[in-house]
Amino acid sequence: MTVTQPPTYDVSPPPATVLPSYDEDAAPAVPRLGLGRPSPDERFARIGSWAAGLGLAWVVTQRLLPLGGLPWFLIAWFVLGIVVTAVTAAMSGGRVEVKDRVAAAVITGAALVVGAAVVSTLVFVAVRGWKPLLHLNFWTDDMSGVGPKDGFDHGGILHAMAGTFIELGIALIITLPLGIGTAVFMTEVGGRFARIVRTVVEAMTALPSIVAGLFIYTVFIIALGYPRSGLAAALAISVMILPIIARAADVVLRVVPGGLREASLALGASRWRTVWNVVLPTARPGLATAVILGVARGVGETSPVLLTSGAAAFLVTNPTDGVMNSMPLFIYSNVRSGEPVAIERAFAAASALLLLVLILFTIARLLARPRRSSRRSMASRFRARRPGFRPEQEEFAVDLVHADPLVGMGPVGDADPYANPSNRESS
Amino acid sequence: MTTIPTQEVTGAEVRPRRISRASTGADAIFAWGARAVGASVLVITGGVGLFLGYQAYPTLKRYGLGFFTETQWQPDQDVIGIAAVLVGTVSVAMVAMFFAFPLALATALYISEYAPERIKATLVALIDLMAAVPSIVYGLWGFFLVMPHAAELALWLQQHFGWIPFFDVKDTNPDAAVWDATRYTASAFCAGIAVSMMVMPMACAVMRQVFSQTPPGEKEAALALGATKWGMVTSVVLPFGRGGIIGGTMLGLGRALGETIAVVLIVSPAFEIKPRILEVGTTTVSSLIAGRFGEASASQLSALLAAGFVLFLITLVVNTIAAVVVNRSRSGVGVD
Repeated sequence: MTVTQPPTYDVSPPPATVLPSYDEDAAPAVPRLGLGRPSPDERFARIGSWAAGLGLAWVVTQRLLPLGGLPWFLIAWFVLGIVVTAVTAAMSGGRVEVKDRVAAAVITGAALVVGAAVVSTLVFVAVRGWKPLLHLNFWTDDMSGVGPKDGFDHGGILHAMAGTFIELGIALIITLPLGIGTAVFMTEVGGRFARIVRTVVEAMTALPSIVAGLFIYTVFIIALGYPRSGLAAALAISVMILPIIARAADVVLRVVPGGLREASLALGASRWRTVWNVVLPTARPGLATAVILGVARGVGETSPVLLTSGAAAFLVTNPTDGVMNSMPLFIYSNVRSGEPVAIERAFAAASALLLLVLILFTIARLLARPRRSSRRSMASRFRARRPGFRPEQEEFAVDLVHADPLVGMGPVGDADPYANPSNRESS
Repeated sequence: MTTIPTQEVTGAEVRPRRISRASTGADAIFAWGARAVGASVLVITGGVGLFLGYQAYPTLKRYGLGFFTETQWQPDQDVIGIAAVLVGTVSVAMVAMFFAFPLALATALYISEYAPERIKATLVALIDLMAAVPSIVYGLWGFFLVMPHAAELALWLQQHFGWIPFFDVKDTNPDAAVWDATRYTASAFCAGIAVSMMVMPMACAVMRQVFSQTPPGEKEAALALGATKWGMVTSVVLPFGRGGIIGGTMLGLGRALGETIAVVLIVSPAFEIKPRILEVGTTTVSSLIAGRFGEASASQLSALLAAGFVLFLITLVVNTIAAVVVNRSRSGVGVD
């Protein structure tokens, strides 16, 4: 046994700390405005690039090349602005900087194009159709006895609006219980049969609206021999929006936190009571949104109505009593007639239809708005003092920013937003 | 005061309670009621699909494969085929996706990454509102506002890229002093632009949804390593959202294939296999149905239903692929 010597290391003394020397010639440090905010230099380069692009675009389109017209000018401005942005970025940074700036410019430009398209659609329809809207008879009259060339102080769209509301009302009476009932079945009862139903319902959201119309036309009108009527149109709309509503409602119900169900069951409630008193109230705003978005889709679809309802020029209030007009069909047939007055009337009806969709949509958004404790209204504060108030409804209201039924119509419906805990904090 | 129950357990009859998942009482009624509703919806929706297939069968049996290769649709002469119609449907949808895909992707990226925090919610609502605008409104927009400009663009494309077969227009002289505008309107190109407005918001909504689920930790990690915003987008957001991008695009494609009323308003019908998208005239399955259902006899209705069935199968396949792609990808899967 030998005692091993502890190894010895050759340790050199650590280098002495060197104080940083102060460079007399260096430029004074520029104070930073804020984290992530561009400095005045950068901001000047960014804005100046686009100003330079504007000037270059004027030179190129107005003086050098035979490219007249506003569209070419805008295109030239966009392209040249990106080029100048790339050049100024290359002056201060490398390739990475150039790519970053160009990508930001292209993405912002594309978003602006989309915005311009939306605004142009809305403004164009409103500008072409505002004149008939100002006449009161446009809202209170139908088109019976009014020729296509008559002025705007004759005739109106009352029959089309009434037809749209009646057809949608019938379609809602059919689809609301069926759609939400199916969603409840798929999420709350489950089983192998529910999976089959879910597969079929998801598949049928792919059904083109015109094929839904053709189905009702073939079965209801040709095979069964009923006349074209508002009822047939309502059935066609129902066939079209039933899978949409069922699927969207399914998405909404699936994001109701499982803990709520378990808490209710653990307290001894039956499954039926759990669904009725916990799941459905929690998901109520989301379900309303799902239904309203389905209705907004049904309101605007022309093709199923085109095949099944026929077009009446007068007010029809009985859905089983022969032909009935509706808003999209009124627009379509007036545009097709080719008369300038009729086309203007179609634009006015389109403005009214847009207004209707906008109202429906706003209601849907208001219902779906995620509730925040900081922005509680007086009413809810008052309710909070009332006995029997159930605060968990407020806490767990379904967050529709992340369970958007509109998106639920798409294939991301299966993604569970609550799988990602970070989602709950964001927005 | 709490008292301890003093009751003695008597006898040896203590058995574990029987555990059963079967519902009883009101629950059973609820379960069976829900099952009945589900079954009725299954019958209704599945019935539509089965009915279409059942109605399409005689036509497909009678015309066989010729149904898919014949271009003419002349029921009077017993010549029926959807080759030209299918080509028209696909070309309109392709033009629509050509415009819609980059715009949807860029807008989704803008909303999720570039837009100022204050206006983000407004932009999201605006995109959703766009998706809810009736298709006939986009039809009016495309027909009255866009088509004249689209015709000019088509002329320019023919003058400069006419050697590409897509951009050729037959029977016109692009360099003529007065150009023949009617040859350039009512084309698949014009219809595609209007349809792109319809499908863009839907694709954009799906993409934005998936982008917004990108784990913030990974984004912050990329930025902390010195990545620029674009570097962060290409290395984190786009790979994470790939499933959403593909899925949203496919979903938009499915909608574009079935779009009716904007196409009916814009195109003038022509039964010809036509790769020249700028030239006047084309037909899609849905515009064929909308144009021909009125005067159709029973057998012609069956042929139209067969065409509709084929369209339904195509959109079904597209949507199914989209769903599979989105669900298989990392997007939206639980991440920490």
